[in-house]
Formats: sequence, structure tokens, C-alpha cells
Amino acid sequence: MLNCKQAAALMSQGMDKELGALQRVNLRFHLMMCGGCRNFSKQMMFLRKSCQNLAQRDLATGEEQP
Amino acid sequence: MLNPDSPVDELVSLRREMFKFARLQLRDDASAEDAVQEALAAALSGQKQFNNRAQLKTWVFAILKNKIIDIIRERTRSPGIAMAVDEIPEDAYDGLFNEKGFWQEDARPSSWGDPESSFSSRQFWQVFEICLTRLPENTARVFMMREMLGFETEEICKELAISPTNCWVVLHRARMWLRLCLDERWFNSENRNA
Repeated sequence: MLNCKQAAALMSQGMDKELGALQRVNLRFHLMMCGGCRNFSKQMMFLRKSCQNLAQRDLATGEEQP
Repeated sequence: MLNPDSPVDELVSLRREMFKFARLQLRDDASAEDAVQEALAAALSGQKQFNNRAQLKTWVFAILKNKIIDIIRERTRSPGIAMAVDEIPEDAYDGLFNEKGFWQEDARPSSWGDPESSFSSRQFWQVFEICLTRLPENTARVFMMREMLGFETEEICKELAISPTNCWVVLHRARMWLRLCLDERWFNSENRNA
């Protein structure tokens, strides 16, 4: 069974390449049991979305004060 | 639409955002300035028509990203530049976990609620940029090539001449860093409600 440190590493790895079937099953099982890692997983997705938004956000919201 | 008759203040504010974006990734004012100049020149010379500012912005940022990629490629081809992949040490986050590798009580990730509601906050983006800026230089380059410039991991390895394992390790440590930084400076901070 995975611990949280391994699960976090796999979640990050999964953002860069497809995980193996066993890795996915192990990760899913860990996430069922672990609220901390479920939050971690959502936060990783949020990081990605933020980076994509940084260049795309509307002019009106991203401006510095003159 | 972007043409020489566009309102000046619109171009000025777009230019400022482009510069900020380029500087985050190139970490050098002169190179960032070059990238912005070239991107604007290319955009102005195009005959493309835009219905609104959002479309225009998407277009010029696409050009800007290509300019940034060109500059990164030039840099990494210069001899004598070695990619240090251990800027964030291997044991940097060991303290978050107990001896069995489970989250320590005070380090277990807590919910960020509806984090995307922060996208409309100017302060959030300031915090986000501070966190990115504080990433060590090479780590930041790898991370931004992946997440902002849209490189696949294999391409990053090739461009920077590092192994896939190193590349992935750098990305993981960068994400750990940014998560903690946003957690401390925004999601569990009073700034959020300021």
C-alpha cells in the first residue's frame, strides 16, 4: 500500500505522463482512504489551471494599479 | 483589433502584462523586453482581425510564448550552461511526512474550498507571481516550460539535456514548493480576506 509521500509523487508524475495500471489502482485506493491526499490532488490540478490562466486572464482583472 | 490606431492605453497595458509574463520566465529584463518587442512587431504586422480584446490577447500571448521559447533555446545551446537539477534538495519536504511516509498532522493538506474564485482577485495573482519568482531559477524554467509554455516532458529533457527522471523530479519539487507557498501566503493567510 502506498504512503502519502509516494502518493504525492505519483500524482505529480501522473500530470506529466500516463501512469501504469497498477500505479493507478494503488493511487485510487490510497485516495479513497486519505482526505489529505485528495486535497493535495485537487491543489495540483488548481496549480495547473492557474498557470494556464496567468497568460489568458482578462485584461480587466490582471492589471496593475497605474 | 491590434493595429497602429488602437487606443494607446490598451496597448500600453497589454505591453505591461506581456513584459511581466516574459520576465517571470526569462528572469532578465533585457531579454523580456526583446521578446515583447518582437512579439508586438509580429502581431502588428499581421493582418489578423479580432472581435474583442480577449481574442487579441490570446493571439499576442501565443506569439510571445514562441519568442520566449526561442530565447530559452538560444540560451540552452550556449556552451558552459549546465542545468543544476538539485536546487531544491531531495530531502526538502521530508519534514511534511512522518517516518512511515504519511502526512504529519500539521502538514496534511487542508481544503482550499473553491480556489478558482481567487482568479478574480488581483491580490491572488500578485501572490502567485511572488511564489513563481521565488522558485530557484532552473526549477522555475523547467516548471514554466511545462505548465505555461506547454512543452511535453520529453521535449524539456531534450531542450535542457537532462534525464527524464531528473526532469520529473524537478517538476515534482516545484509543485510541492508552489503548493506550500500558496497555502501559506494565500489560502491559509489573512491576505485572502484583505
